[in-house]
Amino acid sequence: MDALLLVEQGLNGLQLGVMLFLMAAGLTLVFGIMDLINLAHGTFYMVGAYLTAALVPVLDSFPLALAAAVLLTALLGLVVEAVALRTLYRRDHLDQVLATFGLILFFNELVKIVFGPVPIFLNPPAALAGTVDLFGLKYPAFRLAILAVGLAVAVFLWLLIARTRVGMLIRAGATNREMVMALGVDVRLLFGLVFALGCGLAGLAGAMAGPVLAVQVGMGEQILILTFVVIVIGGIGSIRGALAGALLVGMVDTLGRALLPAAFRLVMDAANASAAGAALASMAIYVLMAVVLAIKPKGLFPAH
Amino acid sequence: MTRNLLTLASALALLATPAAADTLKIGMITTLSGPGAGLGIDIRDGFALAVEHAGGKLGGQDTQVIEADDQQKPDVAVGLANRMVERDRVQVVTGVVWSNLALAMLPTLAGGQTFFISPNAGPSQLAGAQCNPYFFNAAYQNDQIHEAVGKHVQDEGFKKVYLMAPNYPAGKDGLAGFKRYYKGEVAGEVYTQVGQLDYAAELAQLKAAAPDAVYVFYPGGMGINFIKQYEQAGLKGAVPLFGPGFSFDQDILAAVGESALGVKNSAQWSPDLDNAANKKFVADFKAKYGRIPSMYAAQGYDTALLIDTAVKAVDGNLKDKDKLRAALASAKLQSLRGEVAFNTNHYPIHNIYLREVVKGADGAVTNKTVATVFTNHADAYVKDCPMK
Repeated sequence: MDALLLVEQGLNGLQLGVMLFLMAAGLTLVFGIMDLINLAHGTFYMVGAYLTAALVPVLDSFPLALAAAVLLTALLGLVVEAVALRTLYRRDHLDQVLATFGLILFFNELVKIVFGPVPIFLNPPAALAGTVDLFGLKYPAFRLAILAVGLAVAVFLWLLIARTRVGMLIRAGATNREMVMALGVDVRLLFGLVFALGCGLAGLAGAMAGPVLAVQVGMGEQILILTFVVIVIGGIGSIRGALAGALLVGMVDTLGRALLPAAFRLVMDAANASAAGAALASMAIYVLMAVVLAIKPKGLFPAH
Repeated sequence: MTRNLLTLASALALLATPAAADTLKIGMITTLSGPGAGLGIDIRDGFALAVEHAGGKLGGQDTQVIEADDQQKPDVAVGLANRMVERDRVQVVTGVVWSNLALAMLPTLAGGQTFFISPNAGPSQLAGAQCNPYFFNAAYQNDQIHEAVGKHVQDEGFKKVYLMAPNYPAGKDGLAGFKRYYKGEVAGEVYTQVGQLDYAAELAQLKAAAPDAVYVFYPGGMGINFIKQYEQAGLKGAVPLFGPGFSFDQDILAAVGESALGVKNSAQWSPDLDNAANKKFVADFKAKYGRIPSMYAAQGYDTALLIDTAVKAVDGNLKDKDKLRAALASAKLQSLRGEVAFNTNHYPIHNIYLREVVKGADGAVTNKTVATVFTNHADAYVKDCPMK
């Protein structure tokens, strides 16, 4: 394997990691601060993708459609939090799992009724549809855009959390919720905002993933499992952990798929190497999770 | 005495009721929710259109279709099959999309002496050693579709082909079918995870292997992911892409649009097949459901036609299972793809066409027939089937 291919696979891993970070950041915030297990996080990812796909023909601009979809998804999050989730904070995690699982079923059916059962069309904007020449390496332009958006979000979240009053409350909430309440902070409002922020981020992830992946009912559940792996590795409630976990998972998954079959080919014939490599590559991130948890049971960057 | 006479009279009245008054009950167990729902819904809708065209009477019998959602889960499908046999007492079960579900449901249905007519799933097992007197397939044997592209790629003179499929039995069968007719060099044979989203790593490896053609079997959402990413990686114009019809049918084309233009793929049916029944089907399907029918919708329709033909042949006598079986097996089905006959393993002997993804006159992306790859093609497993 030559160096250029290795660089390309590294870039692929980075890009997948950034994609996962967009999802994981919202989930870890909600989980860490509100102590709410939100299985329906993937639903907002799906809603973001569908809204973008629906709005691109109307607004005739991908960035505008994306911005509108993210805002609308955040708003939807605000409504869902107020209507369905607010009563669940004091219940135990199993009740939350049941209720948010119900939300998944509800929104999947709703999307099917509105948009139909067949996956819908969403392609990258014309300007980003091709490839970019990076020192002799032809790389998909839209994947670079995902990378850029993901890194921008990471910087934005760092500024928000490290430098603003809201961020201070979020950090305080993640560390010691009871104390924040005791100090007279309007926790209800804070929770609503955090939840909407999480949903907006999931919507952004969906909008950015839509042109690369199938926009279909149930797309949220496919990525949700990976997202949970990311936040468990990173440490629940920690944005820094989400970033580290996402990049680690993205790298391990991509490089596993790229290198393991080739590595097995050194010791066995091609068909078996491909099968064994594929099988092991699909396990790689779970092995990573097990190793991380064995060494640091609370994840890489525990918030508490 | 009067009472006895009355009893006798009513008994005679019962005897006088013609056998033709049997209601034909059909269990439609298919996938109506989850990511695979598009396929099941098309089969159901195609079937319903055929029943409607027959005036609600398949084979001249009042027809009742009982729908159930298998959620693409084998255990749920088996439970529903049991219900159809025990409670609803249907004569025929159809609708199955997935091969693994078909394999799981068959023992229950065959045990209950209920005919199981698959409108899609055509696993090699049920065509070969495990063929069953109660199982019929109205669509195809899975491998046939792959074999057609293998032959085309071979005939076109491609020498170095890169193969990709999901890592599950149908994926391996698919590539085996392709290689049954393609004899050139295999530049790489890659199996990816079922349901995989991101193919960037595999596409980079593919590019490095520098093949002169690529063959992929990715049904449903995996196909959409792959086709989009293949184009975005700049490979679309550079390396020709081939696949079975499942990877380039209407359910996928609606979502990928022009990214798939020009791709050659294979199927036993195409929306532009030139016969009167097919033209009426495509026009009526569009009018009723507002979308271009997929191959799955056509298969649903053909399955209903097969039931119609067989029930007519036995004059509506649904009680005699042997006669009904003989009628199904010997049916000369006037399908949407011309006349189809059935082999000793109850799988179709039919033509397989090469299609190209094109932009239709109305701007919609769809398939156009470009060649007939196989004429009256039988599957490769029939010799292993003990039924003669």
